[in-house]
Amino acid sequence: MKYYRSHVLVSVDPECIKRGAHEILDALQDELVAQGLIDEVQVLETSRIGDTTDAPDMMVYPEAVHYVGLTADDIPFIVEEHFLKGRVATKFTAPVQVFTDEELSAPTGKELRVVLRNCGKIDPENIEDYIAEDGYMALAKVLTEMTPEQVIDTVLTAGLRGRGGAGFLTGQKWKFCRATQDWPKYTLCNADEGDPGAFMNRRVLEGDPHAVLEGMIIAAYAIGSSQGYIYCRAEYPVAVSTLNIAIQQAREFGFLGQNILGSNFSFDLEVRMGAGAFVCGEETALMASIEGKRGEPRPRPPFPAVKGLWNKPSNVNNVETFANVSQIILNGAAWFAAMGTADAHGTKTFALAGDGKHTGLIEVPLGITLREVIFDVGQGIKDDKPFRAVQIGGPAGGLLSSEHLDLPIDYNSLRAAGAMMGSGGLVVMDNENCMVDMARFFMEFTQDESCGKCTPCRVGTLRILEILQKICAGKGQPGDIETLEMLSDQIRATSLCGLGQGAPNPVITSLRYFREEYEAHIYEKCCPAKVCKALIRYDILKDFCTGCTVCARNCPTNAITGVRRQTHIIDPDICIRCGICMQVCNFNAIEIN
Amino acid sequence: MTVGTKDGQSVLQAVSAAVERYGNHREELIPILNDVNRTLGYLPAEALDDISQRLRVPKSQLFSVASFYQMLSTKPQGTHVVKFCESAPCHVIGGRQVWQALQKELKLKPGETSPDGNWTLVTVSCLGVCAVGPVIVIDDDIYGNVEPNQIADILARYA
Repeated sequence: MKYYRSHVLVSVDPECIKRGAHEILDALQDELVAQGLIDEVQVLETSRIGDTTDAPDMMVYPEAVHYVGLTADDIPFIVEEHFLKGRVATKFTAPVQVFTDEELSAPTGKELRVVLRNCGKIDPENIEDYIAEDGYMALAKVLTEMTPEQVIDTVLTAGLRGRGGAGFLTGQKWKFCRATQDWPKYTLCNADEGDPGAFMNRRVLEGDPHAVLEGMIIAAYAIGSSQGYIYCRAEYPVAVSTLNIAIQQAREFGFLGQNILGSNFSFDLEVRMGAGAFVCGEETALMASIEGKRGEPRPRPPFPAVKGLWNKPSNVNNVETFANVSQIILNGAAWFAAMGTADAHGTKTFALAGDGKHTGLIEVPLGITLREVIFDVGQGIKDDKPFRAVQIGGPAGGLLSSEHLDLPIDYNSLRAAGAMMGSGGLVVMDNENCMVDMARFFMEFTQDESCGKCTPCRVGTLRILEILQKICAGKGQPGDIETLEMLSDQIRATSLCGLGQGAPNPVITSLRYFREEYEAHIYEKCCPAKVCKALIRYDILKDFCTGCTVCARNCPTNAITGVRRQTHIIDPDICIRCGICMQVCNFNAIEIN
Repeated sequence: MTVGTKDGQSVLQAVSAAVERYGNHREELIPILNDVNRTLGYLPAEALDDISQRLRVPKSQLFSVASFYQMLSTKPQGTHVVKFCESAPCHVIGGRQVWQALQKELKLKPGETSPDGNWTLVTVSCLGVCAVGPVIVIDDDIYGNVEPNQIADILARYA
């Protein structure tokens, strides 16, 4: 490995490229070679560093100097000043204004980054960066010191549970697959992350792909598999290309392919892309999709561990599950089991979305309470508005209220409350969100993504959706709530796969914890959160309106009438509740009732 | 809508290229369909016919797969396809207003293509970039943190 004394990161953000970033890179290359510095100064490409006005720009480390507004002609001077004479070329510097990463910021106090440990810190397209962080050490240990049975025992003792949502003991899954006497066996990675609000898998695939590869190779060794696939959704093109680069490099280094690290274990894998179907995240649908068919689930048993891809034994695990494996091997099962609670060991990534002050990816030990996640790590609600609800677990999850804030986040507690861990999407909501609207939203998603194979899901979710739409449109009737409950129970009990079985959960939980909102919509024709358009009115307040006519001029349906300098009026029959008038009014004279 | 139908030659070329790249096996069907859809903008009937012959897979099964996946289209699309994320996380941070403005600006409802064939508007499920929602995707470009007043400018980049 080469050791450089300086690193230059040149931004190749599209705006920078337009303004000459490639010419800068070429000039740097030429000048460093000419000055004999090419083995001492490393040039790297990176994403946005500063504002567009700084482009093209670059950062020099270890001094962390930000050079901006560069042209190719400036480079010889900067190279001479900075790298030969050791002086910062102040003519070109600007304050270090690093472009914030909206998805992943530095960890806060209660976080513990295991899965996300390398994201943002290493170059995902350079395997040597990963190796420098003890990458592939676990694989080496496994292949030289452990039998497959020992690997399975370690993972079982660690208590790693599937991070895709179901929470099945990973070690147990591997054990079943190993026990099946049929070959070839397939190791599959579920990278079809489709839960609305979940993007942690995407980040790990883009930022630390080798962590996933290493986990898969170790799993393949444990179960006796020789071929693997990573099923990645097509909506993640960057993840797909990063994975392909990583796979290529892993092969070059002998971590994939024949006789890995000189052992007699051989394993290789490739990426398979989806084509836009949420249901393909269900393991049997995922396998059908790899086989080139419609992504329709099938009944289990037989389980994939016995008959999976092309009817051969297969092991399917989530991206995050695999990303934990190398750390468990390196640090030991006891280390992993010490984090979390008695039945939920380790850490979990979450994607905070919605009305919280801090949104983006976090990673916390399991067992932490919702209150700590939302108010400590999440820093509370934006504008300090009152907390109303949190949606956890994606479309099969649930809507929980403030009475659940002290609930520990683990598999059993969440299930008892009617929700589930899911892949880790957490949508935090303030009091300006309508729970009936949210339930309707998730049901719309599920209805859209239902594969259509079984009647309870195909027809049942549609019927629930119709009733919810009716309620939000102000046409709810007595008996609707009871119908929703009956339908929910039936769909949950009779659907073929997890998508259908979990589909009614947002409805069931919102009815359980926010029943009064449903009743307000149905019996009082009122939306307490002032969201459902049919149940709200926009009114102009006489005491504040100055008759400036701004609202009337901006109304897309001409629903506002009035004379200059006199109070205006909104006609509720024409008004479409778009909210533009409220946005443009300078006197806060418009309110929603 | 006959906008965007391709001549027979380019259809066959697209299919050939895809089949050569992946092989004429049933399990390569989805990668092949993805490639052809990308090249031609959609999957014309002639393409499905050709693929059916080369892979020796009945057309009914082909159509069953092509019509199942959201990213494959058996209907011609406009020159530029605008995708809007309609899932809950984008919705709660201002997605609703952006959606209304988008429909108004394009004068299209979801699933429609404009009469001049330049634009198709579709809704998609969560794209996994929720931290920068609301999100619009036009062709291969993703736009995050979109506000209603930015839409006209964003669309103008594709004129």
